[in-house]
Amino acid sequence: MMMQAMTAEPMLRASGVNKSYGALKVLFDVDFHAMPGEAVGIVGPNGAGKTTLFGALAGSFPVSSGSIHLAGENLSGTSAAERCRLGLARTHQVPRPFLGMSVFENVHVAARSGAGMDQATATDEAAEILRRTGLLALANRSAASLGLLDRKRLEVARALATRPSVILLDEIGGGLTEAELGALIDLIRSLQADGMTVVWIEHILHALLRVVTRLVCMAEGRILAQGDPRDVMAHPQVQRAYLGSSPE
Amino acid sequence: MTPAQVLPMNTKDRRLVGLACLAVLGLATLPWLGSALIVDKLIYLFILVMFAVMWNLLAGYAGLVSVGQQAFIGLGGYALIRLVDAGLPPFVMIFVAAIGAGAVAWLLSWFVLRMKAGEFAIATWVIAETIRSLVMFDPIVQGETGTSLLALNAYDPDLRRLVLYLLALASMVVMVWGTWVLLQRRIGAESQAIRDDEDAAASVGISTFRVKQRIYVIAAIGCALAGALWLASAITFQPRTSFGVQWSVFMLFMVLVGGIGTFIGPILGALVFFGLQELFGDFGAWYLAGVGGLAIFFALYLPNGIVGLWLDRGKDEPLSLRKRLRM
Repeated sequence: MMMQAMTAEPMLRASGVNKSYGALKVLFDVDFHAMPGEAVGIVGPNGAGKTTLFGALAGSFPVSSGSIHLAGENLSGTSAAERCRLGLARTHQVPRPFLGMSVFENVHVAARSGAGMDQATATDEAAEILRRTGLLALANRSAASLGLLDRKRLEVARALATRPSVILLDEIGGGLTEAELGALIDLIRSLQADGMTVVWIEHILHALLRVVTRLVCMAEGRILAQGDPRDVMAHPQVQRAYLGSSPE
Repeated sequence: MTPAQVLPMNTKDRRLVGLACLAVLGLATLPWLGSALIVDKLIYLFILVMFAVMWNLLAGYAGLVSVGQQAFIGLGGYALIRLVDAGLPPFVMIFVAAIGAGAVAWLLSWFVLRMKAGEFAIATWVIAETIRSLVMFDPIVQGETGTSLLALNAYDPDLRRLVLYLLALASMVVMVWGTWVLLQRRIGAESQAIRDDEDAAASVGISTFRVKQRIYVIAAIGCALAGALWLASAITFQPRTSFGVQWSVFMLFMVLVGGIGTFIGPILGALVFFGLQELFGDFGAWYLAGVGGLAIFFALYLPNGIVGLWLDRGKDEPLSLRKRLRM
């Protein structure tokens, strides 16, 4: 199984990615990959560059150097919208719903534009995704009326509606109760079971470790360690950077 | 499993559409019943409705708050002057002029749509002023003096008025109906998503530039058509008037008062503005001060305009474009 993963083409691969804002460098030669159907977790202290890495992968801004490949296709020069249509969806750390639209419309427009569905298919798809994410009862409510937790659900629902092969989840577990976290974990596992590649940034480690099979730890724009979650969490540099202590 | 469905238009809205159709039929027969003065005033009202609907499409649904739509109002008029001067038939050229202004908008869009929010607003105004200055260099326009659409004087005044009235009515109906159809389509939802959050819209696969470009060009064609009709009605073309920023102020006022981002709001706003002009227009500066005061009142206390009064009472927005899932 391990050998298969080693030889197969990564679904998502970032090679030597650097990002600078003027003199401020925020990503340093980041090499990252996620295999097809794999669930990868990303942890790191605030300001580590996790969300910036997501932005770079999703095409929210151009990288300063390096390359990003999705299913072997070089994404250089492609816009965020094109990457989404190629199968790379993301959620945002701070939910960004379309506030002037209803919950249903938020998901419907994603299905139409991201997945290229016609009106009727998008309606079916949106209703199914709203049911799956627990938002169906709120379908006709204005997105502006949602609380934080439902906005996070909507972020996931909207990303799913684009029918991605890779989904980037940015801290969607924050603020959830244990029961809600359990439901979220079930949802992410079901996505993985459907063959979707999941990359999840999360601070709630116990939730993350129930889902991911590989963990990446970032600090100060660099990848400190990646591999088996237990090995990564036991890594002295990770302990020092993320947990603030190092085992003697 | 039963397929999910979007709720159809409700009974109240269907009645409203029926009433609107009857009103249009009534208006279509009016030139044979009403006086020339009423016909002239109604042409102006139709033009105001077109301006309001187009500005709402641009700012209310796509978030492109322009203060430079007068560029296309003026260009519509100017292109008409030029085409008619070349010996082409004036009534047909009204539409050709609008398409020409749309082509200019398409060219400008590559530059202006790279800007956002305040930058975009200022850029549109600067572009309008630049185009006006360039137009004033044209010898036929004679600088500040302007020129006239003299070819229209060849027509019998009553026939000219009748044709213009019917053209303006038809243009208004097509523009209102076309906007409704456009906003029901994918581009309508995409433009609203861009209005709410452009980066998030891109992240769900919306080609934000392409959508904004189409809306910008459509709004330019609409404003140019209304501008050309206005010139054909007023006959005289003066760059400072045709390219005047007052058109943007009128559009903003009508949309703000009616309800920005609502379908029916701009039409109600145009009716209010037309009524105010008719009742108080003779009071000069006091009238302008009153209109300004009213705009401030709406901005502060009724930001959703007249349509907001419905919404505040818990009623559904009339002719809402919102897609509701049948539960």
